[in-house]
Amino acid sequence: MAACRVSPVPPLQWFGATYVELFRNAPLSVLMLLFVFGLTKAGVGPYSFFASAIVVLSIYTSAFLAETFRAGINTVAAGQAEAARAIGLTFPQTLGIVVFPQALRTVVGPIGNLFIALIKNSSIASVISVLELSKRSNLLIDQQGVSPIPVFLGAAVAYLILTLPSGFLVGYVERKVSIKR
Amino acid sequence: MNRPTTRGRWPLAALLLILALIAGACGGDDDEPTVGANAEPPATKPTFPQGTAMAALQTKGKLTVGTKFDQPLFGLKNPVTNKVEGFDVEIAKIVAQAIFGGTLAEAESKIEFVETVSANREPFIQEGKVDMVVATYTINNARKERVDFAGPYYIAGQDILVKSGDTSIKSVTDLNGKKVCSVTGSTSINNVKEKAPQSDISTSFGTYSLCVEALADGRVQAVTTDDIILLGFIADNPGKYQLVKAPFTTENYGIGMKRGDDAFRTFINDTLEKSYGNGAWKKAFEDTVGKSGQQAPQPPKVDRYTAGAAAGSSTTTTSTTVR
Amino acid sequence: MTSPVLADALGPRARRRVLVASIISGLALVALLGLAGKRLADNGQLTAEKWRFLTDPAILKFLGRGLVATVKAAAVSMALAMAIGGVMALGRLARNAPVRWLSGIYVELFRALPLLLLIYFAARALPRLGLDLQAFWYLVFGLVAYNSAVLAEIFRAGILSLDKGQSEAASSLGMTYWQTMLLVIVPQALRRMVPAIVSQLITLLKDTSLGFVLPYEELLRQGQVLGEVSAFGRPLLQAFVTVAAVYILVNFSLSRLARRLEIRQRRRYSAGSISVGGVEDLAVVAAPGAKP
Repeated sequence: MAACRVSPVPPLQWFGATYVELFRNAPLSVLMLLFVFGLTKAGVGPYSFFASAIVVLSIYTSAFLAETFRAGINTVAAGQAEAARAIGLTFPQTLGIVVFPQALRTVVGPIGNLFIALIKNSSIASVISVLELSKRSNLLIDQQGVSPIPVFLGAAVAYLILTLPSGFLVGYVERKVSIKR
Repeated sequence: MNRPTTRGRWPLAALLLILALIAGACGGDDDEPTVGANAEPPATKPTFPQGTAMAALQTKGKLTVGTKFDQPLFGLKNPVTNKVEGFDVEIAKIVAQAIFGGTLAEAESKIEFVETVSANREPFIQEGKVDMVVATYTINNARKERVDFAGPYYIAGQDILVKSGDTSIKSVTDLNGKKVCSVTGSTSINNVKEKAPQSDISTSFGTYSLCVEALADGRVQAVTTDDIILLGFIADNPGKYQLVKAPFTTENYGIGMKRGDDAFRTFINDTLEKSYGNGAWKKAFEDTVGKSGQQAPQPPKVDRYTAGAAAGSSTTTTSTTVR
Repeated sequence: MTSPVLADALGPRARRRVLVASIISGLALVALLGLAGKRLADNGQLTAEKWRFLTDPAILKFLGRGLVATVKAAAVSMALAMAIGGVMALGRLARNAPVRWLSGIYVELFRALPLLLLIYFAARALPRLGLDLQAFWYLVFGLVAYNSAVLAEIFRAGILSLDKGQSEAASSLGMTYWQTMLLVIVPQALRRMVPAIVSQLITLLKDTSLGFVLPYEELLRQGQVLGEVSAFGRPLLQAFVTVAAVYILVNFSLSRLARRLEIRQRRRYSAGSISVGGVEDLAVVAAPGAKP
């Protein structure tokens, strides 16, 4: 999508921009409900709720990733691309071999954070009946009559086990690869 | 990112448009049409002994009722009038009329409806957030340990909704190996699991509409809840769905209230019985559930169980099943 | 929108190629949309009956009330989250070690938990602890807990992004630590943080939609109830589309605003805005040299 937005082909640019703006600005919960029931009406699927949740989470996160990549590409000094073109590289080559690898180093931190956000966002899949951690916690309370406080504390610890180490890892990698200027 | 900033004044215009929409929503809240100018005689304002819940409510001038806002036929917020409408609402109005007197419409103005969902009805009563709950609320023994019930004012049975032409499901036991949907936090799904242990009950949503969508898509083979709710979906989508018509539970809809206030409970039971006799109950049914093509049944017999008595001896299976 | 950096001005051959690619990709997109549209129409999702609710002023008002509730929850949450976030950010930069640790734990903890879990916790566990509130406040509780932690990080990064000379100069004038912070550092940092804060506001606004699980009568919940109304043919999907469109319109406008603020500020102060971890809306990557 990021490649679409910086490509010289206008329909691809529009498509990339529309995609990013639509999915970045709509709440994930609305997107989940809309896609799970809307896509089947458009003749796609039906897929399982789990698979649908994966698709929506991917689409949603990819919109943010596209913006991050684009911002990253813009941070690469103009001279890099000019030099690449000067030695005769084509647009895909310029982007793929020269600009993108450099951009990646700038955006590794934000991307890591997006993945952590993704872990947390997976909880929203509960609204489309995916039996993930949050939904199971609620079922425990509703059907087994377990007191909510220990259930939620347990679920919170489980999420922390997933997100906190990832956060430290992202911070570490970011410090390692960041470009010293 | 060095794009010229002059382009795109229109997001501002869009914001203004939205602000206008908000202003419109805030401004004209009071011009709702008053509906139901029925020619029924206003009841005189009754008097109650000091210290009863009825007297307290009368003094306060307000009755807080928990009901569903998303349950067609029983309690659904009408977006046009912004009022909750349905059979549960009519029953609450009958009770309010008995407390405050006046016409049903006047009684309605004294009610504050609070949205309850299946999972939070007992807590709302216990915490005193509502004076009573009228919300397709099935009387059962587990709940009786936490709240009291007046009524029942309606008897439903749990049934199964399938796609038209699906002959593979004839009773609840046929649900073994099938995917069944119900709403989050309802007890209906537990009944299925009991009677059809091999059924797949992993699918649940916040509303039955989403369950029915899942049924339409073929993601589940059946939706289960009380027959009267399922009939509403059949009426709205002619020819698409059918009821299995093999109810496997009896659901006595009662009015939930705080535990231990026998005077209040007796009063509501008396009120219900009076409404059975004078046609108010029948009219309430015909104005709401009846619109989906249902004939008004015989009203059920109210169950004046002894509160605090060992739960289990009382109710839930007695009165004749009507449908 | 083409980055001038990535491609030369096109020559005649390249221009022809772009034209061909444009036509092909354009046709492919149109065909895809057309196919989806036809399938939807076949399923009866595009009939006038299903969309009639959009022409009823009462329904628009009904949805408008949902939007008001959404904005109200967002505004209250944002104000509280800013206040608590500010305190936490100053706490993390305080010289007193226990204060630093406590605010550090608060920030790291709530930043790492899913918002939905916090909302569920508020709605289901707080009443057990004797805190009995309306659905609105449960939603606000969850939103504030999460967003105050994120905003604290934004504030902290903003403060750290300032040149050290600022605080040194203030100290040399004889200002105390708190005077330095409040009179010199925070006002300058605040200016740099504006785009990041607006971005976070967009995220928060989207997240209010999670209130529909409580249920709190915000936009998504109103849409869901609208989808139950027989009189309009139970337009469930149509209601969701409408709700999504409103959110997109509001948030798109806000994000444009954020971008404009950022560009203006870059011009005026020629200082980069800050980049912060944990922000979902990271359209802003730190300009080189402005990294905290």
